[in-house]
Amino acid sequence: MSWDKHDYDHIPGTYVFNGERSAQGYGINKMAFSFNDASNREEFAGDMDAYCRKFQLSDEARAAVVAGDFLSLMRLGGNIYYLAKIAIFHGLTVQDAGAQMGGISTDQFKAKLLNNSEGFEQQLHTIGGYFHG
Amino acid sequence: MAKIVGGITTSHIPAIGNAISQGLRHDTYWERFFDGYTPVKEWLAKVKPDVAIVVANDHGLNFFLDTMPTFAMGTAQRYENADEGWGLKTLTGFDGDAPFSWHMIESLVADKFDMTICQEMRVDHGFVVPMTVLWGEHDKWPVKLVPLAVNTVQHPLPTAERCFELGKALRTAIESYGEDIKVVIVGTGGMSHQLQGERAGIIDTDFDIECIENIIHNPEKFTQLSNTEIMERAGTEGIETIMWMVMRGALTEKVKVVHKHYHAPISNTGAGVLVLENTEE
Repeated sequence: MSWDKHDYDHIPGTYVFNGERSAQGYGINKMAFSFNDASNREEFAGDMDAYCRKFQLSDEARAAVVAGDFLSLMRLGGNIYYLAKIAIFHGLTVQDAGAQMGGISTDQFKAKLLNNSEGFEQQLHTIGGYFHG
Repeated sequence: MAKIVGGITTSHIPAIGNAISQGLRHDTYWERFFDGYTPVKEWLAKVKPDVAIVVANDHGLNFFLDTMPTFAMGTAQRYENADEGWGLKTLTGFDGDAPFSWHMIESLVADKFDMTICQEMRVDHGFVVPMTVLWGEHDKWPVKLVPLAVNTVQHPLPTAERCFELGKALRTAIESYGEDIKVVIVGTGGMSHQLQGERAGIIDTDFDIECIENIIHNPEKFTQLSNTEIMERAGTEGIETIMWMVMRGALTEKVKVVHKHYHAPISNTGAGVLVLENTEE
């Protein structure tokens, strides 16, 4: 048994959600999907570890869910849209989780986004025709 | 006969929904972004489409990873929004147009696009946020919705080229419908952003602006990008720009730009807004 290699495997710090990851993280994502139902959220909040066991999560995955360790969850096959449904229990937004995965604070993360966007108004002006250009 | 009155692009970031419900429209962070929708609303008020085909991806509300269709179209008379698990306000549902949806399905499948047919589909923020930024919030929406879900979550994803081709087939499907309805196509998502991994926090304004200009003037150039090339530059979630190509494919080769707007960052994302009209019948 061997998983296909892909031309996106080299992109650093990136976990493209392919078949291999989806198969690995199926339980984590299935559990997160169950949080669309408020009664399941209540049960999970009552005992996170026990709820994880219902979805046969590994020791490593259960620990990552309970700790809100999103980089570990990515490496275990979590999908970011599903992990967003877990983040909320740790009082985190997707942006907070992104900062955590990058090893920086949310304020630093926001500053990075602003920094990456810098100069766009000048670019729009150069091309022309933009509203508020 | 049904007529395509134009195409729109918009992001579908959940933070937009929150900003609307929290009344942050005129907040410094949001004002320039929301201003970019005023001309779109004016255009919609003038053109008054009957049906909006909204192209978006599901984010784990209607579809789970057990069954993931590449392209799926709603064929219901009614679509409900529902709890996504993390506190977004649930909005009033939308009327659909089942006969029109089934006509499009017939035409698309005959055109070799093997659509997944959904007689029930819950619509998440990917569909609802575009509806609210474009039409405001309503108990009774002024336009019918047909959701067209594209898989941008579970790789392998369709290519930009395939999405563009789907758009062309969609045009054939719409324009062969016997009712005199006005149809607008809304391509949602994007632009550059990456939510995941150590590389989270990407915004590439060069990519975004190039993408906007190519989608307007030279969509074939965008179709030449592989999904890996898009993800490298625009981030893993920047891949959502392929859904703009469905909208673009449904329009004529040359288009008239009614409105173009770009802002960054909004939440984690570069955000582009376009209104395009066909230049020929």
